[in-house]
Amino acid sequence: MRLELTRRYALAASHRLHSPHFDEAENERIYGKCNNPYGHGHNYIVEVTVTGKVDPSTGMIAHLDDLDGYVAREIIEPFDHMYLNKDVEAFRDRVPTTENVCVEIFERLRRFPGARLVRIRLEETGRNSFEYAGRRDGGKDD
Amino acid sequence: MVHVTRKIEFSAAHRYHNPAFSAEENRRIFGKCNNPNGHGHNYVLEVTVGGEADPLTGMVLDLKELKEILEREIMDRMDHRFLNYEVPELADQIPTCENIASLIWKLLAPKIKKGRLTRVRLWESPDLYVDCYGDGTP
Repeated sequence: MRLELTRRYALAASHRLHSPHFDEAENERIYGKCNNPYGHGHNYIVEVTVTGKVDPSTGMIAHLDDLDGYVAREIIEPFDHMYLNKDVEAFRDRVPTTENVCVEIFERLRRFPGARLVRIRLEETGRNSFEYAGRRDGGKDD
Repeated sequence: MVHVTRKIEFSAAHRYHNPAFSAEENRRIFGKCNNPNGHGHNYVLEVTVGGEADPLTGMVLDLKELKEILEREIMDRMDHRFLNYEVPELADQIPTCENIASLIWKLLAPKIKKGRLTRVRLWESPDLYVDCYGDGTP
């Protein structure tokens, strides 16, 4: 049986979309409201999907306490109630679009020892969501 | 291929307990879920059938038929039941979301004659679900 387990986590954070590759006017044209210099925030939902064999003694692919603990340490603690651009090192020189946040979360969770990470689905709002399942060759993104 | 998904809800109780472990180990591994009297969830089940639409009816399968299969195979068996004691297929297993989703797949796959069961998604709560794809890939 091929099974995947998905857990949903909530996190609230602010960001500003602004690229040093463009001038002020272009940033404003490309990112619109999201370019507001003071930033703005979202209630993100992170869906973490893992797969693996079901341990017959527990009936589980991964123990939820282990997954919750790992996600809390790697994602919730460093991201929740933070300004992503300034408070998360990875976004000092990378625009924290939800695409980039989604990839960053995947890279941070790929070493979860309890099961194999399949994909991250990140909801920015109830209307926008992004999914990342890693590179096809299993390598790390540049 | 077109995928058709039908959603149903059932409420059931369960308890996580492995008789091979000591009482203390059971409590440590399963935590609150080891409560001897059990606890329950409102499960939400999404069943997806894939196939080509029949040119005469425009349907992959008759949803009324799928509704009846779900009623007979899932609702009658699991709704308002204590899964450990009242669903014989789960008697020797821990009734986790993983094991219940696998069982649902095994119960439904042979009953669906038009189209092919492609996914069983079982929500235990709004922040946890398991997808079962049988032996295939998503």
